[in-house]
Amino acid sequence: MIRIRALGASLLSLAFVACLASAQEAPDAVVKRVAEDILATVRADKELQAGNLTKAKQLLETKLVPNFDFARMTALAMGRNWRTATPEQQKQLTDEFRTLLVRTYSGALANYRDNTMDYKPLRMNPGDTEATVRTEVRRPGQAAVQIDYSMEKLPEGWKAYDVIVGGVSLVTNYRDEFNDAVKSSGIDGLIATLMKKNGAAATAAK
Amino acid sequence: MKPAATVAVAFVVVLLSGCATTQSRVDPFEPFNRAMLEVHDVVDGNVVKPVAEAYVKYTPEPVRSVVTNFFGNIEDLFVGINNVLEGNGNRAGDDFGRVLLNSTFGLGGIFDLASMMGIEKHSQDFGITFGKWGFPQGPYFFVPLFGPTTLRDGTGTAIRAYLGPTTYIFGNVPLRNSIWGVGFVDARANALGTESMVDAAALDRYRFIRNGYLRARRYQVYDGKPPPEEEDGE
Repeated sequence: MIRIRALGASLLSLAFVACLASAQEAPDAVVKRVAEDILATVRADKELQAGNLTKAKQLLETKLVPNFDFARMTALAMGRNWRTATPEQQKQLTDEFRTLLVRTYSGALANYRDNTMDYKPLRMNPGDTEATVRTEVRRPGQAAVQIDYSMEKLPEGWKAYDVIVGGVSLVTNYRDEFNDAVKSSGIDGLIATLMKKNGAAATAAK
Repeated sequence: MKPAATVAVAFVVVLLSGCATTQSRVDPFEPFNRAMLEVHDVVDGNVVKPVAEAYVKYTPEPVRSVVTNFFGNIEDLFVGINNVLEGNGNRAGDDFGRVLLNSTFGLGGIFDLASMMGIEKHSQDFGITFGKWGFPQGPYFFVPLFGPTTLRDGTGTAIRAYLGPTTYIFGNVPLRNSIWGVGFVDARANALGTESMVDAAALDRYRFIRNGYLRARRYQVYDGKPPPEEEDGE
């Protein structure tokens, strides 16, 4: 009985701490923490720098993925087609899109070693539930690239639902792709295309 | 059929099909451009890309960075000229300051001292200037080995190429060609990362490149504050 109560108390305090952390961490702080953490890991790891895909994928799954709202990303990328999809299709789309994005960034991770990031001051009012975090990525010998993160406030903390690289929104670019695929082969066709793409990438990685 | 003949026939066929069907306003020559992307893939995949990959593999990073800086310094001069043409005096001042500093203390541009001192490198070209002056972008083209462009941006690139300076500074033709070749391989090598990312990300590579390119250019023409796009899914 005592043991259970102790467990309950520790769970409660754990939940409280988690709550406190998410309530206090501002959206720009989330971006900075996650980006610096990932960059530091890449800089310290020879295997990641050499392009070890399994390891890169693992790193992104644990550090990046929890800070993204893939359901909202997928819904936005689907546009008006999202509402015509069944809940089952929506889940499949979200899973496949998530896999595609993680694979894409895993492949690019090795290139990030020499990047440094600047974080622009956040413009946001207290009580806002949406914010854009602006950053600039610098690479030696190249002009800086603007990378903005569209963030939303969820009960568990701030999460990103779009990344805008040099004015190109990830979600918008995919909306064209998804729209075309749905137009030509329907929602199931799009799911099949995504699965095929992810499957081919999985075989190529082996 | 010989490969050259196949390419020539494909050329004519897509040109005709481009005329016959109504394509989108931005990309009226889509079938032709798609064929050009295929031509690009063959030439690039068999020659240019392997050379660029070998260059990355066998050339130490500091040497490659010297090469990138050298060409980047020449480019900064034109970035400055375009900033003048667009009326961005402050930025142009930075650009010319960079060229001055890097050409002298940076030993002819091989070291990017200006960046270390916090004078930012900008990205600017004639295509953006024309866009700011109100020239429409015109039709989109995919040009093998040069990549995505538009009539406006391509005109800018042609003007930039005409201005040299490789043509004037280096009268010695073999030397000039080698310098031009090194610059080309260096640029291709620097694009390897982006390219593999696009390959991984795109469902339809042709459209992904086109739409991404056109949006990025639009963003630059509007100085990072583009008006919302007209056709929107939601």
